[in-house]
Amino acid sequence: MLKFVVRRMLQMVLVFFGATIILFSALFLFGNPVNNLTGSGHSRPQSVVHELQKKYGLDKPVYVQYYKYVEGLIVRQDLGTSYRQANRQVSKILPEKLANTAKLALFAIIIEIIIGVAAGVISAVFRYSFIDIIVTILTTVTIGVPVFVIGLLLQEVFALQLHWLPYFGLNDGFKSYILPAIALASIDAALVARLTRGTMLEVMRADYVRTATAKGLSRRVVIFKHVLRNSIIPVVTYLGISFGSLLGGALITENVFQLDGIGNALVTAIRANDNPIIMGVVTYGVLVFVVVNLLVDLLYAVLDPRVRLE
Amino acid sequence: MSKPTVVAPDPDHEDFVSNLDTELVLDDGVEEPGQSLTGPDSADLETSGATAAAAAFGTANAQGQWRDIRRRFVRNKLAVIGLIMVLIVIFVALFASLIAPYGPRHQDLFNTESPPSAKHWFGTDEVGRDQFSRVLYGARIALIVGLSSIFLASTIGVLLGSIAGYFGRFWDALIMRICDIFFAFPLLVGAIVIITVVGQGVTPVIIALAVFGWATVARLLRGSILSVRESEYVEAARSLGASRWRIVTRHILPNSFAPVLIYATFSVGTAVIAEAALSYLGVGVKPDVPEWGNMIAAGQGKFDSSPWLSLLPGAAVVFTVLAFVFVGDGLRDALDPKLK
Repeated sequence: MLKFVVRRMLQMVLVFFGATIILFSALFLFGNPVNNLTGSGHSRPQSVVHELQKKYGLDKPVYVQYYKYVEGLIVRQDLGTSYRQANRQVSKILPEKLANTAKLALFAIIIEIIIGVAAGVISAVFRYSFIDIIVTILTTVTIGVPVFVIGLLLQEVFALQLHWLPYFGLNDGFKSYILPAIALASIDAALVARLTRGTMLEVMRADYVRTATAKGLSRRVVIFKHVLRNSIIPVVTYLGISFGSLLGGALITENVFQLDGIGNALVTAIRANDNPIIMGVVTYGVLVFVVVNLLVDLLYAVLDPRVRLE
Repeated sequence: MSKPTVVAPDPDHEDFVSNLDTELVLDDGVEEPGQSLTGPDSADLETSGATAAAAAFGTANAQGQWRDIRRRFVRNKLAVIGLIMVLIVIFVALFASLIAPYGPRHQDLFNTESPPSAKHWFGTDEVGRDQFSRVLYGARIALIVGLSSIFLASTIGVLLGSIAGYFGRFWDALIMRICDIFFAFPLLVGAIVIITVVGQGVTPVIIALAVFGWATVARLLRGSILSVRESEYVEAARSLGASRWRIVTRHILPNSFAPVLIYATFSVGTAVIAEAALSYLGVGVKPDVPEWGNMIAAGQGKFDSSPWLSLLPGAAVVFTVLAFVFVGDGLRDALDPKLK
């Protein structure tokens, strides 16, 4: 167990450095940070450019810049200073956006759990019934509908036609999150439903389920105690990974509903060539990814005693 | 490296429906010796695994298996519908300039932002461009980007995945760790980072999607190679003195290719979504190009008064994506009946 954790930690470190090096070289080695900083098209006096370069450390070689970046991140939790939002530190800008993204992620994962798992269980238990066919059709179609289309449809129906929920923005508290969370959760909820159905059907064929039925247990006990408990593990794993990617920010959903989250921050920063914010958001996403993956692996071992981590 | 000779099921749909009858008769015939993996009669095929079904790839004399795969595919209604939908999208993309009632940049200034009508089926945008024509032209970008990015991603993935799977040890560890790094980027985020460096446009989008798509292919192929590598027929080939190259290209790759083919089909849909999403965010193809993501974004500002401006191009995305999802589903069931 310990050996496994240590090895995975080493892998995490490798992924972290690999990913940030790729990102850093894309932005600072192959990109044009000086132009991004001073705003291309504006002609500025050479002395001003020099001063800006110096202030943001762009006068040093790229590997020194990268070292400084990682050092700042690890030692001082400092992600640098935004190019555009005058003198504001990235580590001060992001937390409030992160809070919005986290709330959205939480709502979305709740929807995935409730709708996805319930739909999967129902359609597995009543296999080939009318409701199973409906669920199968719905999940298949949903997988093909991109977030920006579902988002627009929800806006059209529930905001513009029925006026039940806000069109966009975050000014209505809890209500503001409902439509974006549904849009964001839709595809993963469909995948969770499919996965739940598939694993349950597989487990239903297992010998111990036949034994349980044969010894006279009620169908309800068999389904919930034997089948569901044994088929929920891959579903939980999938939900964990899904939650991780939700926490990384939802570019499209936050854009459609104009939520001031981390995904929107990234898109805005890309348009404004604000390198430190781009670096900050993506680095944060990579960190969340590695940590969540480790946790999911550990969770797997906890849930399924048959799994031995080596 | 030479690609394994994987051909999609006969793209000419009608042809392969009409072939069906004759095939069913022929099916009772003698099995070719090439199919080491399948039992003597076709009923056994139903229980054979992915590797067995996929043995058809690359072995030129495995006609019988191809026939079974095709038959299972054609029997699946949704798969056939998906195939027809794919053909429609291809047709529209090829002949957009002939089908479209107006040019993509033609402006009807007397009818700006008009709702769908007989003259303009999908309405017009704020500068009077016919939305129906633009949606048709949009199929070109969607298909070009969807197909070529997945082709590129699969080529890289197959190359690296087979090196990792066959040579193992150092190469396996190295390539899998590189994959791990690429998995850490969500597709859109990774693609955006590349585009900020390379610039906007069709080619950058293709490259960006491929760079962040190959890792899954590599890992999939490596996984199935690992299981095929230890099989008896590979051992047999080795003991008969077949060269490494021959073993990889003739025995291992064809037999471990099914998951990759299925994944690639689904991924075309994913790539179409990703491409539209990038353009929707304003970082994909240039904003004046008739492309679905662009159109959705452009219509969004007027969404409360003219929702069709966004919703109809959105429907085009859904149609295309579902087409590939259906075909992918059908292909999976046809190649590996056990997976269903």
